[in-house]
Amino acid sequence: MKIVACIKRVPATDVQAKVAADAKSLDSAGYQYMTSFYDEIAVEEAIKTKEAKGGDVTILTISSKDATKEVRECIAKGADGGVILVDEDWMNRDCRATAKALASKLTEMGAELVFMGRVATDRDNASVGPMVATYLDWACVTNVVELEVGDGEATAKRETEAGLETVRVTLPAVITCDKGLNEPRYAGLKGIMAAKKKPLEEAACEAADNQAQVLSLVLPPPRAEGRVIGEGADAVPALIDALRNEAQVL
Amino acid sequence: MDPYKQLDFFALEDQFTEDERMVRDAVRTWVSERFLPLVQAHYEAGTFPMELVPELAELGVFGSNLPEEYGCAGLNNVCYGMICRELERGDSGLRSFVSVQGSLVMWPIYAYGTEEQKREWLPKLASGQAIGCFGLTEPDFGSNPGGMTTVAKKDGDGYVLNGRKMWITNGTVSDVAIVWAKLDGEVRGFVVPCDLPGFSAPEQKHKFSLRASVTSELVLEDVRVPASAIFPEIKGLRGPLQCLTQARYGIAWGATGAAEACFSEGLAYSKEREVFGKPLAGMQLAQKKLADMATQITLGQLMMLRLGRLKDEGTMTHSQVSMAKRNNVHMALECARTVRDMLGANGISLEFHTGRHMCNLESVITYEGTHDIHTLAIGHEVSGIPAYR
Repeated sequence: MKIVACIKRVPATDVQAKVAADAKSLDSAGYQYMTSFYDEIAVEEAIKTKEAKGGDVTILTISSKDATKEVRECIAKGADGGVILVDEDWMNRDCRATAKALASKLTEMGAELVFMGRVATDRDNASVGPMVATYLDWACVTNVVELEVGDGEATAKRETEAGLETVRVTLPAVITCDKGLNEPRYAGLKGIMAAKKKPLEEAACEAADNQAQVLSLVLPPPRAEGRVIGEGADAVPALIDALRNEAQVL
Repeated sequence: MDPYKQLDFFALEDQFTEDERMVRDAVRTWVSERFLPLVQAHYEAGTFPMELVPELAELGVFGSNLPEEYGCAGLNNVCYGMICRELERGDSGLRSFVSVQGSLVMWPIYAYGTEEQKREWLPKLASGQAIGCFGLTEPDFGSNPGGMTTVAKKDGDGYVLNGRKMWITNGTVSDVAIVWAKLDGEVRGFVVPCDLPGFSAPEQKHKFSLRASVTSELVLEDVRVPASAIFPEIKGLRGPLQCLTQARYGIAWGATGAAEACFSEGLAYSKEREVFGKPLAGMQLAQKKLADMATQITLGQLMMLRLGRLKDEGTMTHSQVSMAKRNNVHMALECARTVRDMLGANGISLEFHTGRHMCNLESVITYEGTHDIHTLAIGHEVSGIPAYR
């Protein structure tokens, strides 16, 4: 089975967001990057599926060429190769353009089962997975916390606001992975050395133009300083009043 | 990637290859997620987290710079150094465990051993199925190991070992010991399984340093080993001293990790802690401390990058290793003491890491060649005159 795990290279969690001079994008100078948290779960599930059912796993991303470190780290965990669709403007690509480019490459690769994170931790859209499935005319199960892959089909449990839903889909399918599905393994040092010998293809990314245009980007206002209402039991009525009437959380 | 931010004042990041950075990040993440949550309890209990040994093996840190054909990762020496640095950011005891296993047990078996010894022990040691220790120091012979009293006598087709070794990391938990003993007055190395009759390794307790590490005596009372246990070629002190050069190389890297951990803790604390209405880090005395530490750590980092490249080129000398070990461990201990001071009363709590590093480094500055002995090694190199003879 041809398994593909799609990952997104996102700014490391501790970077300080700064708006660029165009007031529409982030100034990425000096950024450190990492694989998006949920995509690590997708990579783990892809490798676990290969280990249980056979096949091979390819890591696929749209990024600048600098993504080799993140892709090789995923390969080091047990994937068989990687593909970078090189797009120097990947950070500003909208979901539709990203999904179209991924879907086109997935078709070319002959993918049969695709794993992605539930959401990328930078833009928080949670859209690319379902959109890729739509462009491919495949089934899609989102927010998966438990998965069993059978012959030509898969049974998935997904978290919804109403509770746990169990879904059966026929393959091929796109699975978007949620926290709890697995515990991502560490890339071992032998794996890192082995990853050097595995294929890592850099292909041109023929991404469509953005349909969604960012008009402006404004950072959230700094949080107001806290206020001490009083001390001890005497302050409780004032605290309740503030929670009810100012914060309006009661 | 772990949110831990390492000081990189001279932008050394791009001096490391992608593989080297991947190796560092893999170990860094493991230390943050798996080791640091456990270390305080183990330090207080005086135990090493043996439950993590399979994970360390799976990660591939044992003998990581030895060839893949023996089950090792086959990394270069810069990678090995960066592993030590990340491990010692966790605790000197953790780095010691890995240094002993890799540089003092696996390396001599690889460098001096017969093919049979390599095939028997290296895969087991790489996979953590076997733990090893290194017996050189004796109760009365530390800086002058040539005076050792442990002896080997030829006995039929084997040898009989007698003597005592002291301050042996991992002794009590080991399956195999590299024992250095005099055979007909000449220092020789033996690969000694720890379950042989006459071999015992009582643990040395009551330490205030390296508490998350097992330290032991080795007692050898008529321990009979087969002829195949001896390293066939290597003779004299050159044997153990070359092992120590390997280990000291890792220690010099490791010490930068301990210093970086203390600096990072001191910097974060001093930016948050307010004194006299402003952050401690905004005070001139605190800034002098931070500036001095940042400078010394950066110098240590530069030294290690160059030393690592020299080792990979095959031109590193033992005097260079002496300089790096001496400088960096002393620097790390000074950083730990400085940050301990900056933390105020919190600095004596094990809830902060610096006090633990400070106590550990009192061992690290002594073992594998004391600070003073390395001073003499460097003095010998630059003057051409040995002061210890």
